[in-house]
Amino acid sequence: MLAPLGRILILASLFAAAAGAFIGFYAGRTRSAEGLKWARRFAYGYAAAIVAATLVMVYALLVHDFSVSYVAHVGSTQVPTWVTVVSLWSSLEGSILFWGLVLGAYITIATFFTRGKYEEYQPDAIGVWLACAAFFSFLIAGPANPFHTVLSPPLDGPGPNPLLQNHVLMAIHPPFLYLGYVGMTIPFGFACAALIKGRLGHNVLKPIRESLMLPWIFQSVAIMLGGWWAYEVLGWGGYWAWDPVENASLLPWLTATAALHSIMVVERRGILKGWTITLIQATFLLVILGTFMTRSGVFNSVHSFTQSAIGPTILGFLAAALLFTIGLLAFRIDKLEVEGRMEGAASREAMFLVNNLIFVLLTFTVLIGTVFPLIVEAVKGKQMSVGRPYFDSMTVPLGALLLFILGVGPALPWGRANAAQIKKALLPPLIGAIVFVAAGYAFGARTPWTLLTLAFGGYAAQVTLGQMFIPMLQRMKNGDSFGTAFVDGQLRRGRRRFGSYIVHASVVIVVIAIAISSSMRQQMELHFAKGQTLQAGGYDLTFVGVEERTEPHRLSTIGIFTIAKNGKQVARLEPRMNQYQMMREPIGSPDVHSTALRDVYISLSNIDAANETASITVFISPFIVWIWLAVIALALGALFALIPPRRPAVILSPSAATSKDPVPNDAAAETA
Amino acid sequence: MTAMTEPTASDAMRKKTRLFMIGAFAVAAIAFGVIAASGINENLVYYWTPSDLAANGEKAYGATIRLGGMVAPGSIRKNGGSNVEFIVHDGNARIPVKTSTVPPQMFRENIGVVVEGTMVRNGGSGVFQSNRLMVSHNNEYKAPDKGHPVDQKQLRKMIESTEGIEGN
Repeated sequence: MLAPLGRILILASLFAAAAGAFIGFYAGRTRSAEGLKWARRFAYGYAAAIVAATLVMVYALLVHDFSVSYVAHVGSTQVPTWVTVVSLWSSLEGSILFWGLVLGAYITIATFFTRGKYEEYQPDAIGVWLACAAFFSFLIAGPANPFHTVLSPPLDGPGPNPLLQNHVLMAIHPPFLYLGYVGMTIPFGFACAALIKGRLGHNVLKPIRESLMLPWIFQSVAIMLGGWWAYEVLGWGGYWAWDPVENASLLPWLTATAALHSIMVVERRGILKGWTITLIQATFLLVILGTFMTRSGVFNSVHSFTQSAIGPTILGFLAAALLFTIGLLAFRIDKLEVEGRMEGAASREAMFLVNNLIFVLLTFTVLIGTVFPLIVEAVKGKQMSVGRPYFDSMTVPLGALLLFILGVGPALPWGRANAAQIKKALLPPLIGAIVFVAAGYAFGARTPWTLLTLAFGGYAAQVTLGQMFIPMLQRMKNGDSFGTAFVDGQLRRGRRRFGSYIVHASVVIVVIAIAISSSMRQQMELHFAKGQTLQAGGYDLTFVGVEERTEPHRLSTIGIFTIAKNGKQVARLEPRMNQYQMMREPIGSPDVHSTALRDVYISLSNIDAANETASITVFISPFIVWIWLAVIALALGALFALIPPRRPAVILSPSAATSKDPVPNDAAAETA
Repeated sequence: MTAMTEPTASDAMRKKTRLFMIGAFAVAAIAFGVIAASGINENLVYYWTPSDLAANGEKAYGATIRLGGMVAPGSIRKNGGSNVEFIVHDGNARIPVKTSTVPPQMFRENIGVVVEGTMVRNGGSGVFQSNRLMVSHNNEYKAPDKGHPVDQKQLRKMIESTEGIEGN
């Protein structure tokens, strides 16, 4: 019964999205208020249908209704409940249904919050959103239908891919990725609407920026979670291998980051409008490209699902979206009004431009390296990949340059500056650079790129901290107490500024942590007899023994190791081999002891049949945890910057009412 | 906007600057293209079966190769520590492999493996020197039964899908 019900709901969502898209574009053309009203209703209708369809699927999974084809494909009565819920997005059809769900949520939120505002742009934006929604509903209705009725349902299913059940991060990484990926549809809709109207007015920048920033935050966390998952599960001691799927998640993030910066230049200077729109559209296209790469099976890996009737359909959508945006850009980009112009090379807006160019270069670097093997395979039928050294040698210099700009840019003033001002702005942070290099050298960093990264990082850290607290220091100068100044300047009025510089500070930490962890990693292969103690990088590792544990869905062989430093035990690690019922070969699962300074990471290679000897690979990598922590700080900082600044007119607390100091620079500070 | 009211350079001047900008942009783009292309060219990893490797002859020496095939029965020789030698075959060609990594738990005869490395000369004959050895995690890849030919298409899929190779 559930399968036909789900299918009807999907067809309803397809109808609502297609009709709503049509009405939206029509209303945009005729400026009909009635049309806009109906487009909005269909947007809500689409969302309601797709949410209901997803709920039907979740219910079918929970009650193990194997007459629903997707449940028969990924469900199993043998797995824990959390795995059952997670299997909603563990395989192809379900993941596209999940995509539709997230899109429904985003469209609802965007439609709701733009009610009564941006009437000029709204109909076309809704049209674009629903057109995308219609495509994905079509995918779910046709090529990726999870609601086939299984005529003779099996008694039990195989359960989701064991590699995906191997770690709890698998439950949270994909939702974040979808929240990032799918959310890029919303700014894309606004950008297309602006092009259709030939106007990018100041008022529409706010919804564009906000709707870009929210998915960007999710995407940032998703990329980090993906790396963390790889680190915790795959057992080679690293977190990023320039795998095509990893690159697919990184590409739209790069262009979105560039767009978030160029929007600020549009806000402040009225220039780079067409460029910003192009970046937002490129972001969406890269999302669809990424979806194609991961969902069509052109790259085989743990992420991609091998059935590929879907591939050509997504490729067709990508081609249509590409033609649509290129057409729009070609015919409309000149219509966007120009308000200002670039003032000088040593200004903040010029640095924004350099930042954007580097992000675009990074995007191209990764894109070429990722797509090249696909093209060769399509043209010549030969299989190959682009090796890691290509990506490393290209992105490390660009990344270092970006860190340099992250320091220099915010130090420079907007508009024109004279030589004395520039000198005053750029010289003091050299102290920070020297301090960081010295600290890194003392810690043992020796490679030139690491030291250079430390120098740029130190420079950027000093500039960032200085800029971060300008509003507070200004208020303190005017006689406010530290507490009032902090609350008023940082938390209340200067949120956007404060949040943005928290993001910058986090980026500094992430880049330094990546540089140090990858250049100073030690790797050793050790062979133990039971009870034996061996040394690795200043730690004493003891192989205590082997334990076997049986769970309903897997059998684990666990090697037990204790780790001691200076004769004191600091950790007990249990790297294991998991044998899943539905799989022939066991999957290794490493174990990590993390501290602020370094991680000790043990990956089990071999345990002999008698459980008497064990071979392991040990990785000792400094600073790894700072990558995860700093990305979380980055997300929180960006969220904080996203909370709209409190308008001076809304005076809620008595302290704000008595503070008679308007701080003239405030509005400027908030958008810096 | 203050920028609008300020006296600006003449239109001819502006055009010139614009032309210069476009020129600089084009030069930078070309330079980037060349650097990227050569970078890719130097770092290609070929996905080969033993037959591919045999067919490519001299090209296999020095190139980075991801070689996938079956471990030939009776060919595994453990030389103490993590040094293992074995033969990888696909029914047509047989390639001797030397690896310096600890083979994973499930490594055994007649199993699909992917090794990454390059061909080196060892006396008269060549040997595949590998620093990575992986057993396929691919659920769908089934090693062929004894006597049956190796499905080349399946084999290629396995080479592509095996995770965890990380060149360093």
